[in-house]
Amino acid sequence: MNAKKHFDLIIIGAGPAGLAAAIYTARAAINTLVVDQSSAGGQVKTTHQVANYPGFVEPIAGYELAANMRKQAEKYGAQFELAAEITDLNLIGEEKWVKIDDETYTAKHVIIATGSSPRLLNVPGEQEFKGSGISYCATCDGEFYKDKDIVVVGGGNSAMEESLLLLQFANSITVIHQFDTLQAEKITAEKMMNSPKVNILWSHEPRGFEKNGEKMIVKAENLKTKELVILERDGVFVFVGMLPNVDFLRNTPLQFTPQGYIVTNENMETNIAGVYAAGDVRDKKYRQIATAVGDGTISALEVIKKI
Amino acid sequence: MLQTNLEHVMSKEDLQKIITSNEMVAVCCGRMGPMCIPVYGVFEALREKHPNIKFMDMEFDSPESIAIRGLPECSDFRGLPFTVYYRGGKVVKATSSVQTAKQVKDIISEVFS
Repeated sequence: MNAKKHFDLIIIGAGPAGLAAAIYTARAAINTLVVDQSSAGGQVKTTHQVANYPGFVEPIAGYELAANMRKQAEKYGAQFELAAEITDLNLIGEEKWVKIDDETYTAKHVIIATGSSPRLLNVPGEQEFKGSGISYCATCDGEFYKDKDIVVVGGGNSAMEESLLLLQFANSITVIHQFDTLQAEKITAEKMMNSPKVNILWSHEPRGFEKNGEKMIVKAENLKTKELVILERDGVFVFVGMLPNVDFLRNTPLQFTPQGYIVTNENMETNIAGVYAAGDVRDKKYRQIATAVGDGTISALEVIKKI
Repeated sequence: MLQTNLEHVMSKEDLQKIITSNEMVAVCCGRMGPMCIPVYGVFEALREKHPNIKFMDMEFDSPESIAIRGLPECSDFRGLPFTVYYRGGKVVKATSSVQTAKQVKDIISEVFS
């Protein structure tokens, strides 16, 4: 076996859980590989300011905190494969293996710390018009819709908070929401419902997007009557929650909740010997940077104990 | 100034020099926002694997970024960042909004192979 490709531990995911684990195991002289399909940092890197992570009196930019975590792990010898795709893996047995792009890496222990990503609608036109009529970020793209009429899909906290920002730009907002009430916090929901610029399509879901010149055509189904509503607007913003990043694990014997989160015990152990899960990807009550770091630390200490 | 580890395109003239003197260039024009940072990170991660591609960034709010914003290929873009791929001095691909590492790698295979 090629020694360069064998590690004591492979950490899948380079967000705060994975990086915290890597810092601990690398410092314990455990040969550690961290692999991520994107760059290091997870959701932390795209968080504008982090004000509640202990040790920072003034808020720190998310990308800076993420970069520091990565540098710290590298300093102690953790190796990284970033912007890398896992094409196959085996988690069973004493020696697990992970195929990353065209190379196979082996390890006795694996920590899964893949976090979660924005849920997509998975309707026709969503990917095709991303960036040219469909957006997932109000702070990034709101200004392109100054004085325009837009649709917001979603009714939770993120959707309503982003919509309040969009109200500063837009002429009107039509909210498409699958339920009869908003799931957002009361104060946010009331601000939206009381705005004269806002109209809500209750119990509707988008079924597809098309383009008509510069305009977006939005097809939405009334979930109660099955009637299809066609809207013509200038743009669409989608905020429909997060999903755990576990698609590549579905063919493994790992135990998942119905929502797709990995089941672990308090030591971050999954139902497979030598495999742990840490951070937002696991079934837990609170998802914060600090709790992700805690999970990563525990999983690392468990691995260190066993090596 | 963008807080990345990429080289920055500072002006229209700078961009012209770069795409003239490098066969393959990829420029991510954006801000330090949640749709842009992932693409800068992917560019940083791919630099070592593709030493013959010049990965750069440019500040969207700089007046000089009209060199990117004003491209016909970007005329219907309404999502940051605007990412433009040049080969032999000409635009061969342009994307709007966030791109995954896989999407960037697929584009590299498509236009820079």
